[in-house]
Amino acid sequence: MRFTLFVAAALLAGPALAQKPAKAPPPPHPGAEVYQNVCQACHMANAGGGEGAGRIPALAKNGALEASGYPIMVVTGGKGAMPWFRGQLSDQQIADVINYVRSNFGNKYKDKVTPAMIAEQGLPAPRGGMER
Amino acid sequence: MISSFEGPTRREILRAIGMMAGTAVLYQAMEVLGHAKETQFTGPPNLQGARPGTRVVVLGAGLAGMLAAYELGKAGYEVQILEYNNRPGGRNWSLYGGDTYTELGGATQKVGFAPGNYLNPGPWRIPYHHRALLHYCKAFGVALEPFIQMNQQALLHSSRAFGGKPMRYRELHADWDGNVAELLAKAIDNRGLDSAMTKEDADRLRLALREWGALDQNFKYTKSYRSSRRRGFERPQGGGVLGEPIPSEPHAFKDILDSGIWRVVSQHMSIDHQHAMFQPVGGMGMIGRGFARQVEGKITYNQKVTAIRQQGGKVTVTHSDTGTGATATTVADYCVCTIPLSVLSQIDVDCNPAMDAAIRAVPYSNSVKVGLEFKRRFWEEDEAIYGGISFTDQEIAMISYPSGKLHSDGPAVVLGAYTFGPASYKFAGMTPEERIQRALAQGSVFHPGRYQEEFIGGAAVAWSRSPFTLGCCAMWNEETRKQHYQTLVAVDNRLVLAGEHASYVGCWMEGAILSSLDAVTRLHKRALEA
Ligand SMILES: Cc1cc2nc3c(=O)[nH]c(=O)nc-3n(C[C@H](O)[C@H](O)[C@H](O)COP(=O)(O)OP(=O)(O)OC[C@H]3O[C@@H](n4cnc5c(N)ncnc54)[C@H](O)[C@@H]3O)c2cc1C
Repeated sequence: MRFTLFVAAALLAGPALAQKPAKAPPPPHPGAEVYQNVCQACHMANAGGGEGAGRIPALAKNGALEASGYPIMVVTGGKGAMPWFRGQLSDQQIADVINYVRSNFGNKYKDKVTPAMIAEQGLPAPRGGMER
Repeated sequence: MISSFEGPTRREILRAIGMMAGTAVLYQAMEVLGHAKETQFTGPPNLQGARPGTRVVVLGAGLAGMLAAYELGKAGYEVQILEYNNRPGGRNWSLYGGDTYTELGGATQKVGFAPGNYLNPGPWRIPYHHRALLHYCKAFGVALEPFIQMNQQALLHSSRAFGGKPMRYRELHADWDGNVAELLAKAIDNRGLDSAMTKEDADRLRLALREWGALDQNFKYTKSYRSSRRRGFERPQGGGVLGEPIPSEPHAFKDILDSGIWRVVSQHMSIDHQHAMFQPVGGMGMIGRGFARQVEGKITYNQKVTAIRQQGGKVTVTHSDTGTGATATTVADYCVCTIPLSVLSQIDVDCNPAMDAAIRAVPYSNSVKVGLEFKRRFWEEDEAIYGGISFTDQEIAMISYPSGKLHSDGPAVVLGAYTFGPASYKFAGMTPEERIQRALAQGSVFHPGRYQEEFIGGAAVAWSRSPFTLGCCAMWNEETRKQHYQTLVAVDNRLVLAGEHASYVGCWMEGAILSSLDAVTRLHKRALEA
């Protein structure tokens, strides 16, 4: 079976099944939902990563996140096994999730990433998408 | 005509058939005679004459690695395989009752399926034209049985059609064809196709549409005996007093359009999903076991490769024992590396910079599969669904009924989720128990009153958290193919890469097999020339 991330994404806009809490607690960080629905699949709920035959880096307490240009490059363009997320996520979502990770999980970077920075510094999604 | 004394040449036969019946027949005949094939496989490589004492280390005991070891061993090489897992097969794998699986992040599942029941977390079906894989299954004594891909009695659920009520594939398919046929016939009547074909051909097409779409005498798709012979009757044919069937009412075409049935129909028309399809008897992992029997004693398990050096006319592989942590090196004359690029890109590989760049250039897809065991085959007993797939636009994408042991009693395992795209990330981010519960909740749309009620237990595998692949399969695109593919597959000094990722049959076992055969053939040539 071939995996067509982008085509399938368009076909699969299923119903939202998330349960709304009865009483609204303080609004969650806009990047938290993106983290849970996407990044957590590999980097884990606690951002601790994992190690087997290869390694999924921990994002928690990660010094490489200090210069925001680095996560911008990795999230938009991918790295090794990690696919690119440009075009999958909006520039706003990418900015949100980078801000979320850089200010949580033991990371305390104060400067904020903006969608404009993603547009400017991010890598473009590969032309032609993926093979079918 | 055919008059040659020695009997006709192949070309003469082809010309004769071609003259009599047109090019379609010519093409079919070419297939029978061995041209225009679907695979590049022409038979096992039959390598011979290795220089005595030449050693090859193979990295990874998936299908690509084991086949490389088998063919090189036959050629006379001394081969040894280093494998990270404690079992052969790699992604070719089945989870049975009693098995334990720990994913990255530490979540451990103890599978509780009844004896003989299984989940195939990765590969699960084999197209009839994957000739290389089929060849080795037969050669290595792996018994196959039909995999039922398409089942008209199975269901299709769309949250956007029929108020979310699942419908029989059979009805939707018949109504789709019927309505399209009626519309086309109408277009012909309205002279809408005049510019596309002659009057004569339009007349022929019109008649064909009536037959193809099960239209009535007026070229309408209506409630009739004809259409019900396809979509099913309101009251089926029987015997005696109430034997006369009552036709069923076709659905409104708008609902058929909304259902997206054409997506499923077109998937079943793709060459990768046409019948016949196969599966090994007893689980996909039987292929890995069958291959492992051919290289018995040559696999060292629990070995994590951490570095590959090429120096002094040798290849030196560093690996550590996953149990004891003890580090060792293995020295050989050549190396076949089948470690997925997702992992290999993190290993210190001594190769030319272009190959190094290629190894790092290919990201991996993700998918989640969930197996659900039920007390009995209620889909067979209550609904006459024997194998096949019910599709949904929910995250689980589909549920697939077991193709094996049809019509038997006792518990059985349904594939309860096979996610794609964003749903894969979402599911992979959950705990195994959450995935199972969500699959159960979404799948119950197909079999309310049974699904949750007769559920026993499940297992869930998220490929992004698989310790030995960190993902599902290599994701190439046009650019990376152009820039990196040839470099990736070229022999680099004493090292050659093989595996699913080093093929154009991406994410199929056939790709791993074809890549392996090509890699060892070229490596052997290189070794003889050295
Ligand atoms: C969800 C899913 C569905 C699929 N469906 C189908 C299908 O229906 N039909 C089909 O034909 N194919 C299917 N495939 C594809 C098929 O599984 C693969 O193409 C094939 O099994 C790959 O074989 P391989 O030998 O190239 O790689 P693998 O089987 O991955 O073998 C690589 C081996 O290397 C080992 N390894 C990794 N890192 C190290 C290390 N550092 N040191 C030592 N060893 C290491 C691994 O443990 C593994 O055993 C599917 C795959 C997935 C994931």
